[in-house]
Amino acid sequence: MTDLARRGRAPTPEFIAGNGLINRRALLGSGLAVAGALATGATATGAAAEPLKEDPWGLEFGQITPALQTPSPFEKAVVRTLSNPEGELRNSHARTPHHLLNGTVTPNSLHFSINHCGIPNIDPAQHKLVIHGMVRQPLEFTLDTLSRYPLVTRMHFLECAGNSAPMFSNEPMQITAQALHGLASNSEWTGVPLSVLLDEAGIDARAKWLIAEGADAQHLDRSIPVKKAYDDALVVVYQNGERLMPGNGYPMRLLVPGYQGNMNVKFLRRLKAVDQPAMSMFETKTYSQLLPGGKTWRFHFLMEVKSFITHPSLGHNLKDRGFYAISGVAYSGAGRISKVMVSADGGKSWGEAALQGPVHDKAFTRFIMPWRWDGQPAVLVSRAWDEAGNAQPMRAEFVAARGQTSKPLTSPLGFPNQHYNSTTSWAVDGKGEIKHVYV
Amino acid sequence: MSMFKGTAAVALALGLAAVAAQADSPNLGKPISESDLKTWDIAILPDGTNLPPGRGTPAEGAKLYEQQCQACHAEGGKGGGSPGAGPLVGGPPLTDGIDTVKTIQNYYAYATTVFDYIRRAMPFQAPRSLSDDEVYALTAYILAANKLIGESDVMDAKTLPQVKMPNRDNFILPYPDRI
Repeated sequence: MTDLARRGRAPTPEFIAGNGLINRRALLGSGLAVAGALATGATATGAAAEPLKEDPWGLEFGQITPALQTPSPFEKAVVRTLSNPEGELRNSHARTPHHLLNGTVTPNSLHFSINHCGIPNIDPAQHKLVIHGMVRQPLEFTLDTLSRYPLVTRMHFLECAGNSAPMFSNEPMQITAQALHGLASNSEWTGVPLSVLLDEAGIDARAKWLIAEGADAQHLDRSIPVKKAYDDALVVVYQNGERLMPGNGYPMRLLVPGYQGNMNVKFLRRLKAVDQPAMSMFETKTYSQLLPGGKTWRFHFLMEVKSFITHPSLGHNLKDRGFYAISGVAYSGAGRISKVMVSADGGKSWGEAALQGPVHDKAFTRFIMPWRWDGQPAVLVSRAWDEAGNAQPMRAEFVAARGQTSKPLTSPLGFPNQHYNSTTSWAVDGKGEIKHVYV
Repeated sequence: MSMFKGTAAVALALGLAAVAAQADSPNLGKPISESDLKTWDIAILPDGTNLPPGRGTPAEGAKLYEQQCQACHAEGGKGGGSPGAGPLVGGPPLTDGIDTVKTIQNYYAYATTVFDYIRRAMPFQAPRSLSDDEVYALTAYILAANKLIGESDVMDAKTLPQVKMPNRDNFILPYPDRI
């Protein structure tokens, strides 16, 4: 059908899977045509619109433009949730409100952040990064000198290895996508390829690891394979176009795309080339995974393929029947997202979701699945695949390999284990209320 | 000598193109000597590389523990004194479940990790304030309380890497090709 012929018409939706999933091709034409088609199938409220009048904000001079703009006061609920609101002498973290955001870029003020000993107040003029150890010439860099390099800009997600850990609970916790999955965010990062700096220092061919260390109060350190450093690692100096947020590593951090968040060392001050890993506390204990039976995975690194539905999800109750765009984010540390399937009947039948391009390597990709809710109970699930062929495991499959807790978790803030990546399911009941379920 | 061999190996491995690219590189790093960055060079490797001179015993560590650690980690390292300060002594078997608390006794693969973390991060409100002798003594105290060394064993650069941790052989590499 030509665009002109389509104009003003309402094609019949093509249902492709149970409980009202519609072929994503419906999204390819005009969005209005899709909405029109679905409105004919089920009128939303039946109430006609009211006659229009002038609103008060249009009848007075507005606020003068500020230097640094902040969100509308009507958006005050869109904030990160805190793990340590009383400021105790321990780690503190804040989670991204996925269920209140859209697109793929996480605003800097809402990027997740975990700090094991507070956020240091670093003077960028005094901060230094040294590269030394098994190199020909140890070198010292500053924010100014690094900023003079030809910088590269890439879109990448960052995810704490402990993200989604509440799903290790043997019973589903009734918490939002923010509480479940809020320790992952996605930004456009700008920095210097680490390979350039290592070449300038003349790294020894026998050096297999870099000990990356921060300038924070515990001088957090992780061992990074030199192989990864030469693959795609960056020393990052900008986040979404501005200097890094203090909680995200100001003034410079390591970025090892697709690898567990803690390895992306913040406040980076030192890289030492060595022939063996340091077995630092965070790699030997915290960010390693205890398996059923008592063995442990060490140096897992990779954040494996994951997706979750953000809209609708727990916290958004459906008020009306009719059209909804199910959407969410998918990402993989092993490369680009190749496919996302969505089910509205708890996994009995599936339809392929549309991916919003461009689809970046190791980055959030938003998927959309048109859906018509008929008012009956439904269970919404998403499942992603990456270009390396890895499929996101269903929960039962994941738990069979990795285990779960023997008692239900009582707080979403604990980390019973690491590297959780199964599917997430949201059950919609006949009243439109949404609960977290395991299918 | 080893530095010369290393440089030669890099040149051979990367070939002439890489050497040319490096000459084109911005080269904005300021040369610094290893001795000038010694204060920052604190990472200890599991074979004991970079352990500093010094020594300490469990008895010396016990006194320091009371002054420096007990307020958060509780008496005898049993934990629970302060939120976030986990137990330093004991630990259930790792077969208890995938959410078993990981401790020095049931989990750590290398005793050097204990020394390294105390020296870089503890006490939380005054990191880097302990002397190397004090760090050796506290490490000795914690290892002895876990019955991983004897009550009168001296910990130093030679003895610490030789402490055999019970869980050392229970680690698996899921992605060996990424190393």
